[in-house]
Amino acid sequence: MKHYIKKSLLIFLSMLVFSACNNLSINESTLPSSAAEKVYVPPGEHDEFYAFLSGGFSGQLSVYGLPSGRLFKIIPVFSVDAEKGYGFNEETKDLLNTSFGRIPWGDSHHPDISQTNGKLDGRWIFINENNTPRIGKIDLSVFETTETIEIPNTAGNHSSSYVTENTEYVIAGTRFSIPVPQRDMPIDEYKGNFKGVLSFLEVDSEDGEMDLSFQIMMPGFNYDKAHPGRGKSHGWFFYTTYNTEEANSLLEVNASQNDKDFIAAVNWKKAEEYIKQGKFKTMKTNYAHNKYDESTHTAKTEWVKEVKVLDPAELPGLVYFLPTPKSPHGCDVDPSGEYIVGSGKLSSDVTVHSFSKMINAIEEENFSGEAYGIPILNFEAVHAGSVKQSGLGPLHTEFDNKGNAYTSFFISSEVVKWKLGTWEVLDRKPSFYSVGHLMIPGGNSGEPFGKYALAMNKITKDRYLPTGPEVTQSAQLYDITGSKMELLLDFPTVGEPHYAAGIPAELVKPRSKKIFKLEDNKHEYATLSERDTKVVRNGKEVHIYMTTIRSHFSPDNIEGIKVGDKVYFHITNLEQDYDVPHGVAMIGANTSEVLIMPGQTETFIWEPKKVGVWPFYCTDFCSALHQEMQGYVRVSPKNSSIKLSWSLD
Amino acid sequence: MIKSLKLLVCLLLFVGCGNSQSNEKEKFSYERTKKDKKENVVVNHDNHDIKASVMVDLVNKGVGPIKEISFDNEINPQLVSSGEEIFSKMCSACHKVGKKFIGPKPNKIFDRRTPEWVMNMILNPEEMVNNDPIAKKLLVEFNGAPMANQNLTEDEARAVVEYFRTLN
Repeated sequence: MKHYIKKSLLIFLSMLVFSACNNLSINESTLPSSAAEKVYVPPGEHDEFYAFLSGGFSGQLSVYGLPSGRLFKIIPVFSVDAEKGYGFNEETKDLLNTSFGRIPWGDSHHPDISQTNGKLDGRWIFINENNTPRIGKIDLSVFETTETIEIPNTAGNHSSSYVTENTEYVIAGTRFSIPVPQRDMPIDEYKGNFKGVLSFLEVDSEDGEMDLSFQIMMPGFNYDKAHPGRGKSHGWFFYTTYNTEEANSLLEVNASQNDKDFIAAVNWKKAEEYIKQGKFKTMKTNYAHNKYDESTHTAKTEWVKEVKVLDPAELPGLVYFLPTPKSPHGCDVDPSGEYIVGSGKLSSDVTVHSFSKMINAIEEENFSGEAYGIPILNFEAVHAGSVKQSGLGPLHTEFDNKGNAYTSFFISSEVVKWKLGTWEVLDRKPSFYSVGHLMIPGGNSGEPFGKYALAMNKITKDRYLPTGPEVTQSAQLYDITGSKMELLLDFPTVGEPHYAAGIPAELVKPRSKKIFKLEDNKHEYATLSERDTKVVRNGKEVHIYMTTIRSHFSPDNIEGIKVGDKVYFHITNLEQDYDVPHGVAMIGANTSEVLIMPGQTETFIWEPKKVGVWPFYCTDFCSALHQEMQGYVRVSPKNSSIKLSWSLD
Repeated sequence: MIKSLKLLVCLLLFVGCGNSQSNEKEKFSYERTKKDKKENVVVNHDNHDIKASVMVDLVNKGVGPIKEISFDNEINPQLVSSGEEIFSKMCSACHKVGKKFIGPKPNKIFDRRTPEWVMNMILNPEEMVNNDPIAKKLLVEFNGAPMANQNLTEDEARAVVEYFRTLN
């Protein structure tokens, strides 16, 4: 009761303060004190949402809580990570294989969470690599990358990696058109000769394994962003294009000539029919498909040599172009599937097309031309409406569950809320500064959770303590439950987040694994019991089968290693309790330190170069006796006759 | 001058050390307290002279899911062999038969503890070392090495306990 009175008093007081503020018309950036309460998560309590922010040029995916903005984990995908040994240890290094070699860095952009019936199901999250075209899959029961697949015939995998409403497909698309197949030819013969390839990867409904089902060979435009149809438009995928001028130089001028580019509408159900009918060409190729097996705790690369390709010029009904003003960037579909929003980044308008009108126009063959055999629909026949003079440089649009849309404006640095159907602007709030993507949890699904919008900014300048020329990137959290948006929080981010995906924590938490079961550990070099520990020599290769448990290594004294040997430490963590990893560091180890989760086996390589007795130790504070968790390896000269021996006494 | 003399003496000392053989016995001795060899002392939790590993308490059932179990007169050999296998995989990194290791040896455990206490220690070690008087003392006696929760099922713990019945 007392609490209740206190609360009502607070509300009353804050109302007073509010009305006072309104009269004074205070600076827009001044936050009411209630903002702090809205983002405060008391010690020991959990956030309401997970937010997965892409790491941009850092190649990772970082995991935050909302509304607090606290960082929980950085998941390396197209990057190496010393913290986890990812990309360094023998188990994960193959996840970075491509036909260009092992590429341990990437540019990660657009995470998207798997869906069932148009709703987030929280099983996997996919993310694209722009530079060396790849898609990665993170299993949300372990929050680790479990698969990466290279996308052939593609350059700048930017219109990627969105999923359809039952996760039938995850898609990839080329931003840079290129000769397909690649060949030696003059760059200025681009026009008419370069191609843009869109890829559909089937996702296994049980284990999420990706399979490049087919590619569509499109004209040589830049395929920028994409979104799946949903609800009534399920079965279609939409892609913005720019550089329909097909310029090969000085694009900032030469690719901005046409007053309209296109949104490409791809009927993927039709594509499936054509594949079934055998109306594809099989192209020779070579790409890496890297799969991590959770039972062996090890990734392996498979090289794929062929891909099926569809030609839309020869296959009617597969692709249509929707004229869309001024080099559209964002391509977003509302939760009902009716509206396709194209944000002309060089325009001040946001253009919205209607799916129903598009279907009518197709039936009536209401075309205004064609491009390389693909029909161009009449703009008026598909146009639903435009949000007029809404700001400068519209980029991306997200949706709440109340019929509102939220568009980021890069140039005018603001978030604009507008109404679907009436196209009227309802509110605008500044961003600090130069916002790129927005994210509303569930935003790319039939059921968004319209509580918060997260803006990811390209520039922070003076918002944080300076850290030399390179300053942090940032995200900003808005409360979108009221008629006006309210800025609640700024928080720093890792790398440059492009897109993000959010999901209620309750959809992920119950599936989060606590340990790996020892009995399920099928690692080739696993040691499932201390009695099985051993050291085996095979020529110059030495394999150490080692175990850890609080707080000792077994064995912890090893002799008989020689200079010039290649020593594999295969370490199994015998713990079966939550949050008891052990780390291992060996002086002078060449490939990795490792951090081994309970029940897991990891491997690093040590090539001893100096005679002596060399220590190794646990790097993760595991118990009160952590400092005692250490061992020694005796390294003898090359020609030594000392026999291998190992012990723990 | 005095400084350089000191340096010279130090150097000499070092050289001396370098010459000593590595198999030479460690060169310091220190009077350590003798280990307590007494066994099977009846419970008195307040007597700090009695080590928890030898203290007898056949009443305390510990803290955890196991409230009451009873042993058959006959030892079940099938249960023993599966218990032995589980012990070897999940427990032997810290417990050795017939030998104090990271933790106490399991031999003759039922001369000192109730079966419920042992099972609760296996199944619920975190709470045991926080709340059970003997488990608390054991943690101290064994240098703070925590009893690891190996996430055994009740059936698995029961099998391990059956195996312990055979260890004299």
